[in-house]
Amino acid sequence: MATTTTTVPSAGPVAGSRSFLSRLREGDEIARIITFLFAASVVLVTLLLVFELWQGSVLPRHKFGFNFFRTSVWDPIFDQFGALPFIYGTLVTAVVSLLIAVPLGIGAAIFLAELAPARISDTLQFFIDLLAAVPSVIYGLLGVFIVVPLMREYIQAGLKHSLGFLPFFQGPAYGVGFLTAGIVLAIMVIPYIISVSREVLLSVPRDQREAALSLGSTRWEATWKVVVPFARGGIMGSIFLALARALGETMAVTMVIGNTPAISASLFSPGYSIAAVIANEFTEATGDLYLQSLIELGLVLFILTFILNGLARLLIVATSQRGGGTGHL
Amino acid sequence: MKRITGLLLAVLALAGVLWAESALSINGAGATFPYPMYSKWFDEYHKQHSNLQINYQSIGSGGGIKQVTEGTVDFGATDGPMNDDQLKVFHDKHGFGLLHFPTVLGAAVPTYNIPGVDAALNFTPDALAGIFLGKITKWNDPAIAGANKGVKLPAEDIVVVHRADGSGTTYIWTDYLSGVSDEWKTKVGKGTSVNWPVGLGGKGNEGVTGSIKNTPNSIGYVELIYAETNKIPYGNVKNAAGIFVKASLTAVSAAAAGKAKEMPDDFRVSIVNAPGKAAYPISSFTWLLIPEKFSDAAKRDAIKGFLKWALADGQNYAENLSYAKLPKEVVAKELKAINKIQ
Amino acid sequence: MTPRLRWRKFVSGFMLAMTGVCALVAVSVLFFILGYLVYHGGTSISWNFFTKLPAPVGESGGGMANAILGSAKLLLIASLFGVPIGFFGAIYLAEFSGGTTAFVVRYAADLLNGVPSIVIGIFAYGLVVLPFKHFSTLAGGFALGLMMIPITLRSTEEFLRAVPRALREAAMALGASKWKTIVTVIVPAAYRGILTAVLLAFARVAGETAPLLFTAFGNRFWSPGWQQPTASLPVMIFTYAVAPYDDWHRQAWAAGLVLLGLILVINIVARAILSRGIAVPRS
Repeated sequence: MATTTTTVPSAGPVAGSRSFLSRLREGDEIARIITFLFAASVVLVTLLLVFELWQGSVLPRHKFGFNFFRTSVWDPIFDQFGALPFIYGTLVTAVVSLLIAVPLGIGAAIFLAELAPARISDTLQFFIDLLAAVPSVIYGLLGVFIVVPLMREYIQAGLKHSLGFLPFFQGPAYGVGFLTAGIVLAIMVIPYIISVSREVLLSVPRDQREAALSLGSTRWEATWKVVVPFARGGIMGSIFLALARALGETMAVTMVIGNTPAISASLFSPGYSIAAVIANEFTEATGDLYLQSLIELGLVLFILTFILNGLARLLIVATSQRGGGTGHL
Repeated sequence: MKRITGLLLAVLALAGVLWAESALSINGAGATFPYPMYSKWFDEYHKQHSNLQINYQSIGSGGGIKQVTEGTVDFGATDGPMNDDQLKVFHDKHGFGLLHFPTVLGAAVPTYNIPGVDAALNFTPDALAGIFLGKITKWNDPAIAGANKGVKLPAEDIVVVHRADGSGTTYIWTDYLSGVSDEWKTKVGKGTSVNWPVGLGGKGNEGVTGSIKNTPNSIGYVELIYAETNKIPYGNVKNAAGIFVKASLTAVSAAAAGKAKEMPDDFRVSIVNAPGKAAYPISSFTWLLIPEKFSDAAKRDAIKGFLKWALADGQNYAENLSYAKLPKEVVAKELKAINKIQ
Repeated sequence: MTPRLRWRKFVSGFMLAMTGVCALVAVSVLFFILGYLVYHGGTSISWNFFTKLPAPVGESGGGMANAILGSAKLLLIASLFGVPIGFFGAIYLAEFSGGTTAFVVRYAADLLNGVPSIVIGIFAYGLVVLPFKHFSTLAGGFALGLMMIPITLRSTEEFLRAVPRALREAAMALGASKWKTIVTVIVPAAYRGILTAVLLAFARVAGETAPLLFTAFGNRFWSPGWQQPTASLPVMIFTYAVAPYDDWHRQAWAAGLVLLGLILVINIVARAILSRGIAVPRS
């Protein structure tokens, strides 16, 4: 059944011709106004946040201007602040984490929604949701006690051995670094992808699947070519959630990334992210320029998120086919 | 639906019930280093004065200074003394001053992990400065080997580990390095966060310790308490008198005693590289920041009472928790200074 | 069977097996984490843990009773603040708004979601703590609520949109007004997904530390009312985990386990209480 594009008229005679009061009594107008206020408050809060970040970073903006984005020195004693290494680290760890989490997450969601028996699927989902509740501090501790030694002893050595010719896998293996942070982040964001994607896949109408199968497609083809595109909106939404979490994660990252403002092609290199440096230095920062530079980093992250979200949405538009279920941006 | 709303309201009412607020509540914030000590003190004091609750949270020295200046907490605590600019900000905002009161002493020790080396290594000031500046890169460098005859040091690269988060321990360490190395002073400086020339950043003492444990041929610095309670091997440091001293509570107290005579009236003094044969050179006070005036008489009296107790009975709890006691001269001076609080 | 069909069948089997592998990996990581927590924290959980206030170092018998209550209070305020905004905002996006408004609101929500938790804490500090010159449970709840909004909003909207058009059209055909349709047909149809969204948002903020450091602050004692600083499980975990004492480390693991246990209980209870006949059966 193809989705039709009929617009459903509101109950009663044509909306525009009724008086405001009668529409009000209908209840629809009130509902619209009230829900609008709630939706608008989200935008307002976000704008207020940006405003506060802007106000709170006056000094470094005047002192450094655009050089803030281009310089790599972060020196609280001599008042030199540059954001480049942090921007780099934030981007690299977010990309690595998504590269790992998205395929795994969507794969797992497909399995849980399409293949697993209902009982098992529900139980497993229940536990996966629980993963989202693990405090980031604990993820950090697990990262330090388990992932870091694993990386240093086995994984980094193995990667060096097999793929060491690539610039990504060179250099000394400390255990901490971009790759480790990316892996820990992947574990943290996978529950969001699985949880939301699975629910959206489950809500795809049965007849879509049946239609595909009745036309002779294999189970996989029905899933991948019909069901998943139908649920594309929700799945993309879950990836946005995951991306946002990866960009802003603080505690866990700072425990496994090495906390060194370095820019390196190698994923084994220790690095630093914006959220991590703010968390590490904010409570101890004294001196207005220092504090405000940290706040400006927060503003930079905001801008980064803005750009990444925009790019992702453009990507969706560019690859969108007609007839997707809930296609919207 | 009604069931749920009813339930919710009941929960709200229950949780919001203000049970008898007969307790006087005082809030403080600041340094992480003395947190175990302060939590013990405030607990003991609460046992003796059950209507008084002093709530201290360790959000960092910088946080302590900020919050006490803003007035969101009643007192602060810091590992590094405030500078004149910061005191001026407080004064301008409140119209009166902020007093420093040293409470206990601590130290930073060099810890390392060299496979095959079990002995406690000797470090000269030049060696430490060179390592952390990145100029001394191998363990068998003469600057290190010279002080450790008889120990076989490998020809391996040194991996430096430092604190990533701003901390009083970093302040002590960089204060020391600034004092013993002009190059460090001009190139890096001292503070709770600095631009480290080399090395990995570990989060907190345990981050540094974890990194060192996991990385062969590494060196870093941690609080003395941390090293002792976790039984981490650490090295000896050459003090101003030319003797290699292993950090211990007595050695730290000796450092404070060495500088006690020159103690300024506002107690803001650095005791790194203190004179005296038994002094450990990388030691420091930690301070409570108490406003000069309190609008609430009850709070003022409570804090004054607590300070007097902390400087007397309180000191007896210090050594069990691996903090060093204040020297007698300093305590006497502080007891007099308490009268400044109005 | 043509070769092409054989190939397609093979691909089908293979890919479906791969999804099984993905699920296996995800689930085993999860069980490993849970197991680790149980192993390290299980030994420190005792009756004391749930009923006593924190004890200083070296003294046994301390607990985290005030932190448990504090977390509960904080989460209550956070939900009261964040869930309605997310929920009703999502209704607006899915049912009433035009394309541009929806785009802007969704974008704003995604941006809000990406703000590091410590920046949210700083923001809440400037808004709710500084003007009143004291830390409070309200401020902490506000900061956490802010973090709940984007997840609730985005996910709820997706599930509302996923309700089949046929249901809406049927309700309209029967003469129901828009809001009535929403309340009686659409929301109940999407309720399962919405509950998932809310519980996910809830779980996310339950474990957050950074936003609380500057808002709820922390408290070694009980915190009466809503205007005082309060202890919370994540902050206690953080404080204890970075301390030098082994006993405190074990308590930190125990607190992590308790936190997870509490979320588990809330999950079960919420699904049980609110499961009153789903309108649309699973397809």
